[in-house]
Amino acid sequence: MGELKLMKGNEAIAEAAIRAGADAYFGYPITPQSEVLEYLANEAEKRTGMVILQAESEVAAINMVYGAGGTGKKVMTTSSSPGISLMQEGLSYIACAEIPCLLVNVVRGGPGLGTIQPGQSDYLQATKGGGHGDYKLLVLAPNSIQEMVDFVKEGFDLAFKYRNPVLILTDGVLGQMMEKVELFDQIPRSKEIPSWATVGKPPNRERNILTSLNLQPELMEKHNEHLQAKYREIEKNEIRVETINCEGADYIFTSFGLTSRICIKAAQLAKEKGIKIGIIRPITVYPFPYETYAKYADKVKGFFDVEMNAGQMLEDVKLGVLGKAPIKFHGRMGGMVPTPDEVFHVFEEKFLGGKE
Amino acid sequence: MLEEIIIAGFGGQGVLSMGQILCYSGIMENKEVSWMPSYGPEMRGGTANCITIISDEKISSPIIAKFDTVIALNQPSVDKFENAVKPNGVFLYDSTNVIKPPTRTDIKIYKLEASNEALKMKNTKILNMIMLGAFLKIRPIIKLENIIAGLKKVLPERYHNLLPLNEQALKKGMELVN
Repeated sequence: MGELKLMKGNEAIAEAAIRAGADAYFGYPITPQSEVLEYLANEAEKRTGMVILQAESEVAAINMVYGAGGTGKKVMTTSSSPGISLMQEGLSYIACAEIPCLLVNVVRGGPGLGTIQPGQSDYLQATKGGGHGDYKLLVLAPNSIQEMVDFVKEGFDLAFKYRNPVLILTDGVLGQMMEKVELFDQIPRSKEIPSWATVGKPPNRERNILTSLNLQPELMEKHNEHLQAKYREIEKNEIRVETINCEGADYIFTSFGLTSRICIKAAQLAKEKGIKIGIIRPITVYPFPYETYAKYADKVKGFFDVEMNAGQMLEDVKLGVLGKAPIKFHGRMGGMVPTPDEVFHVFEEKFLGGKE
Repeated sequence: MLEEIIIAGFGGQGVLSMGQILCYSGIMENKEVSWMPSYGPEMRGGTANCITIISDEKISSPIIAKFDTVIALNQPSVDKFENAVKPNGVFLYDSTNVIKPPTRTDIKIYKLEASNEALKMKNTKILNMIMLGAFLKIRPIIKLENIIAGLKKVLPERYHNLLPLNEQALKKGMELVN
């Protein structure tokens, strides 16, 4: 068993990055995730020699990730919603140039500068490509501090497996709250240089070129086809989903990240009143577990989707359910968090005609 | 065992560390714990609070609206959280600076002159430990020895000379509950 600790989500991300053997972090402070940079600044260099650099802006940070990632090193950045928006141009370049890297978005309520309270309103940006062009990030949505830790390690593995940026989509509550975590042992920083890395051309091979620019459309289309084939491969291999009590359920609550836990508590309240609720929680929100919804679509009386946004994952839930069952939605916005009692109450109203 | 608690007061009264101590101590007893602080503008000048959950089983939502126990250290917290106690739940508050006490009759209300007691012990900062001691007397969910061990984790080492005073304060709080 690994070391047990009580940790804040943001600190846990930082600790996991050090232990995962990350080589560099480039970031810019923003609430509610500034503790990541603070923790790394105190801990990382002395423990593993990891480079920690506060950039002059998020735009600079993501381009540092691009450059350092091109050398085949394990690199990462973290930010919160407005900062992640600033990074979208760089992310599109990184995805096109197939640079592995890890990003964490500790989402706060938007749009605009919004609030510093938690949100989930960057779902569409995260899963449908927030930057320009046909690209995908692999997106993991943890619902506990333990998963934040585990996904940092797995996120790096996936990033290198597919040479693709991986995003951990979390929120202000998970960033700020503390829970018990089991930490994995220190992984030494890798000395291996991937074959594609741009670290200087030795005489015995061709130059490695990492670029997102190709002015010949025929070649650019070829590269797009290659990227799309990679995304189909990710969709085939990497879907992760948690289902709880879905067999024999009357209704299914569905949600990602923090709100999934609020739904689990709401389902317990329903159980006390004799209503059987199942839970579907996508753990990867791209690739999305459409088939899990299809599997239960004609077995339940309805789906209840709860998010901290105006209904973003809802679009994917609809694509999974394909009209075979009614879907109702409850969302809070702008930094507000629903409570379990509220979720159950709205469920009663929407599906059971508000009866007690 | 599942204890859902909210601790609220002014920033600086030590409400966040009370929750953290409970969590550290809970881990020592192999319990599941969750600590969710209020953060952001409401902390500055207003009330700070933390939702603390201690459980034998995996904790679902860290965000809840109804509590087994409310610990309130000032008037705004009394006002804000009186109605958040579950029926038969515990409402523990520092009455020293409260002019409008809680009025519900379906909950167990405990009032403590904790700030005055802290003054008598010549350190107003141990107010939170007096309240924590009182809570542990009312709801003995964690052993005192583990609370003291948890305290060591939360208190920076340069303040470890204050551990005996904190222990006294915990015991004082326990005494004050009747």
